[in-house]
Amino acid sequence: MAELWQTLIYYFQFPLVQYALIVSLLIALCSSLLGVTLVLKRFSFIGDGLSHVAFGAMAVSASLHTVITIENDMILVLPITVLSAIFLLRTSQNAKIKGDALIAMISVGALAIGYLLMNLFSNSANISGDVCTTLFGATSILTLTISEVWLCAIMALLVIIIFILFYHKIFAVTFDENFATATGVNANAYNLLIAIITALIIVLAMNLVGSLLISALIIFPSLSAMRIFKSFQSVIICSSIISVICAGMGIILSILYSTPAGATIVVADIAVFLLFSLVSCFMTKRAHA
Amino acid sequence: MAMQLQCKNLVLGYEKNIILQDLNFTVSNGDYLFILGENGSGKSTLMKALLGLNAQISGEINFCGDTNKNQIGYLPQQTITQKDFPASVREIVQSGCMNRCGLRPFYNKQEKQLALDMMEKLEITHLAKRCYRELSGGQQQRVLLARALCSARKMLLLDEPVTALDAKATHEMYELIANLNKKDNMTIIMISHDIQASVKYASHILHIGGKQLFYGSKIDYMNSKVGQAYFSSSGGDIYG
Ligand SMILES: Nc1ncnc2c1ncn2[C@@H]1O[C@H](COP(=O)(O)OP(=O)(O)OP(=O)(O)O)[C@@H](O)[C@H]1O
Ligand SMILES: [Mg+2]
Repeated sequence: MAELWQTLIYYFQFPLVQYALIVSLLIALCSSLLGVTLVLKRFSFIGDGLSHVAFGAMAVSASLHTVITIENDMILVLPITVLSAIFLLRTSQNAKIKGDALIAMISVGALAIGYLLMNLFSNSANISGDVCTTLFGATSILTLTISEVWLCAIMALLVIIIFILFYHKIFAVTFDENFATATGVNANAYNLLIAIITALIIVLAMNLVGSLLISALIIFPSLSAMRIFKSFQSVIICSSIISVICAGMGIILSILYSTPAGATIVVADIAVFLLFSLVSCFMTKRAHA
Repeated sequence: MAMQLQCKNLVLGYEKNIILQDLNFTVSNGDYLFILGENGSGKSTLMKALLGLNAQISGEINFCGDTNKNQIGYLPQQTITQKDFPASVREIVQSGCMNRCGLRPFYNKQEKQLALDMMEKLEITHLAKRCYRELSGGQQQRVLLARALCSARKMLLLDEPVTALDAKATHEMYELIANLNKKDNMTIIMISHDIQASVKYASHILHIGGKQLFYGSKIDYMNSKVGQAYFSSSGGDIYG
């Protein structure tokens, strides 16, 4: 135990480790904030599709490295993902097109194209390693560069501020979109806002858990919170606390046992979900007794 | 009296299937309009079109004067049944104040007070912290009514507001709405199958069934063929 503690202290002497932890906590906070809305609006599948698009965009950016130098992959990944988010939202609202089929097409297509591009153009020696990193997150969060850390921190803060400012509107639009529209609230604009923030969060979270595991980071904390809490506000607060704690635990465990950070965080989220499900079962049993 | 809402040659339907046509009516400040018609005649469709939730096939719906959608309250017919939505009664009633906020991010003191007052009015104050989905149908209806009252400043549209309410609550509900109509000069548009209530409270009646069967004042309706046929077929006693 003392030895583990020593290791931990040793690692946290490095500023980059500290930054990485802070950024992970911020990302976890953001993704849980919006998770509740995405789950309730049945948008979680959009999040899943978007994460694959982000992977494809990442691959495009990586293969462009051979032609031009790109300071930061996000310059390309971010706009592509945001545009796809807007597109997916538009089509899912249009009842005439089979929205779910289209999303499946786009997300699988993006995966295939991304993998192909990486194989064709990447000059890296370890392609499958690169692919694995993009899909499941860096094996160690410590490989984040300082510019990525700053960009993440700024975007995360932006998302949190937007969420707080639009909290009541997001609630109104999530709870009853028809009522909001009928009484003159511009629900479409807020849906658009939600889609854009989702895209931001997905691009952010890609660094932490990789594109395949993002949905878990978004939905697990909110599903856990919804097991026990019954008001929107308490669910939001609870899910952000769960998410932050799980991310912190996951990072620390991954450093101690050198496990992949993303997967460790998601496993922590799953454990909390199971725990909360048990507690809620127990509570309903008691209520009936 | 100032005109608030005008429908001209309105045709409504879903995907080219025409459900209602030839709608021509106006609603003025302080009117109390009852919309009557059989099940499936398109009453809810009409109300949704007025609110901009459904597009019309052709014709015009115009809000006139200084009335705009930010001053409208709405009670939908179906209560929202999203299964596990976590929302407390207070959060829902407060969300009715949303259209007063504009771009302001948070509710101000008056708006919070308004939500409390409306909960008081509908006797759901003791439910404020309860989860909406765990309430009974009648309680849920009161919550949505309180929300509608929060958002209504000039006009209130109600789609069968009393269906889930018990006799006492129904009576109180009608009195409450009549009071809003008289004291606050709130325009009311109500869909109902309750003939007695229409006779007692309405100022105007719109009777639909495929097209506009009747539009006019209550007195004219009671003396019209359509009105008398409707009353006798539904066994109502007009003068009761
Ligand atoms: N979303 C929809 N898509 C297609 N048709 C619809 C839709 N909603 C309603 N309809 C049809 O439109 C017609 C009118 O429906 P509407 O709900 O307006 O009736 P209503 O007058 O409100 O009836 P009720 O008294 O039962 O509430 C019905 O025949 C119904 O089948
Ligand atoms: Mg109806």
